[in-house]
Amino acid sequence: MVIRPMINDDTVKNNRIEIDLVLEGIYQCYGYDFRNYAHAHIKRRLDHRLSLSRMDNYLEMLHRIIHNEEFFNELLLDLSINVTEMFRDPEFYKSVRESLIPYLQTYPFLKVWHAGCSAGQEVYSMAILMHEEKIIDKTQIYATDFNELILSKAREGIYPVELMKQYTKNYQTAGGKASFAGYYRADYDHVLINQSLKEKILFTYHNLVTDGVFGEMNVIFCRNVLIYFNQELQNRVLKLFYESLIPGGFLCLGSKESLKFSECSPLFEPVSLSQKIYRKKR
Amino acid sequence: MSSNFKAIVIGTSTGGLSALPAVLSPLMEDFPLTILIVQHLSAHSDDFMVRHLRKFCDLEVLGAEDKMDTRAGCIYIAPPNYHLMVEEEGTLALSISPPVHFSRPSIDVLFETAADAWQEQLIGIILTGANSDGTSGVKKIKERGGHVLVQDIATAEAETMPASASEFADMILPLDQIGNYLNNLVQNKTS
Ligand SMILES: C[S@@+](CC[C@H](N)C(=O)[O-])C[C@H]1O[C@@H](n2cnc3c(N)ncnc32)[C@H](O)[C@@H]1O
Repeated sequence: MVIRPMINDDTVKNNRIEIDLVLEGIYQCYGYDFRNYAHAHIKRRLDHRLSLSRMDNYLEMLHRIIHNEEFFNELLLDLSINVTEMFRDPEFYKSVRESLIPYLQTYPFLKVWHAGCSAGQEVYSMAILMHEEKIIDKTQIYATDFNELILSKAREGIYPVELMKQYTKNYQTAGGKASFAGYYRADYDHVLINQSLKEKILFTYHNLVTDGVFGEMNVIFCRNVLIYFNQELQNRVLKLFYESLIPGGFLCLGSKESLKFSECSPLFEPVSLSQKIYRKKR
Repeated sequence: MSSNFKAIVIGTSTGGLSALPAVLSPLMEDFPLTILIVQHLSAHSDDFMVRHLRKFCDLEVLGAEDKMDTRAGCIYIAPPNYHLMVEEEGTLALSISPPVHFSRPSIDVLFETAADAWQEQLIGIILTGANSDGTSGVKKIKERGGHVLVQDIATAEAETMPASASEFADMILPLDQIGNYLNNLVQNKTS
């Protein structure tokens, strides 16, 4: 099959203009600000929805977004990748046990923030870890996301039973000290996370792009969220984290995220470079 | 065909562990293009690929990280369990959006974003592999005016991937000729 390059060399540029208009429309219409998200990510998600809904171009999509809130809500799910796991990256949790917990044990009480918590798996994983390390009783956990649908799932803490095999394996690799099955109640096709773990967690709406500081935190976990932002927005959100942390507070990023390429890197010192654990300089 | 290439994207699955060294080791020391690679691997593998390929290359081999700049003469490997994308300015971006063709990283995801970033200055290469990831990617590279190279299935450990992509190939080559072909391509670029 012969494919000739498009006569119009400006396809990429023109696509960009249309996509910027779509993002502007979403912002004006619904207040969600995706204008500084990583462009390659946004384009792929829009293309995905475009082909599923059999539309020809981004402007047709913009029209539908503006006039059909239901369609927008669907698109919102596309744009906010909710993929997550319990004890995702077991090595990271191991490192938290080894290099973070000893510090946290010295504080009389703790405030912990999971920013971009998705359906709660990461939050419950950390609650289990803190329970096993005996610091959960002095801890208040805040878990936030900008997607209400996913937040209500997080509050429920109900997960398909077939995921438990992988989660159990992760838990064990992460240095889990008990029987993982002790942390949930299994029904025939799903499991329900123990009420005792939920009591320490406040799940609430917070948009990292448009909302402000979340104060006096000892630890902030923000894993696999910043990769969806462009460098400028990453910098802004990292400053928000800096301002939300107490001096000497900890910031934990995703395994493939780092401060290396950010102007905020001088504000933090590394605790574990390989596991992306940082500490706010005093 | 453009005579001014900037980057190469390579995709492979089954058989890639031996096919990649065969392609990369002949490349000359001052090879002037950026090279990005997706090799399908288990989600739980570590930076094994980076260490593996370092043994065979004169060029610098790095694990791709989010917001990393791409440099000429440097090889970037997609990390296990993340999609690797290229922004239009040529910086790298990662994502954990759902697998494509059961794969994360997916070859299509890298190739389609690289096609937008480098357009006619991009070379896409499909090597041995056992599924059809990469075919939409090379199609997009053709649409943007880039150059597509596919491994001759007679030399491929697994045929499905190169067979499926060959429909869009400008050039089909046996494995042991690809490295030298690339050397010649970039040396002749001003002629
Ligand atoms: C890939 S998930 C990461 C979940 C979890 N932290 C992990 O690493 O497994 C990304 C989450 O970030 C959320 N998110 C994206 N943009 C956001 C924003 N501007 N404010 C708050 N949350 C956001 C998404 O809704 C999604 O739940």
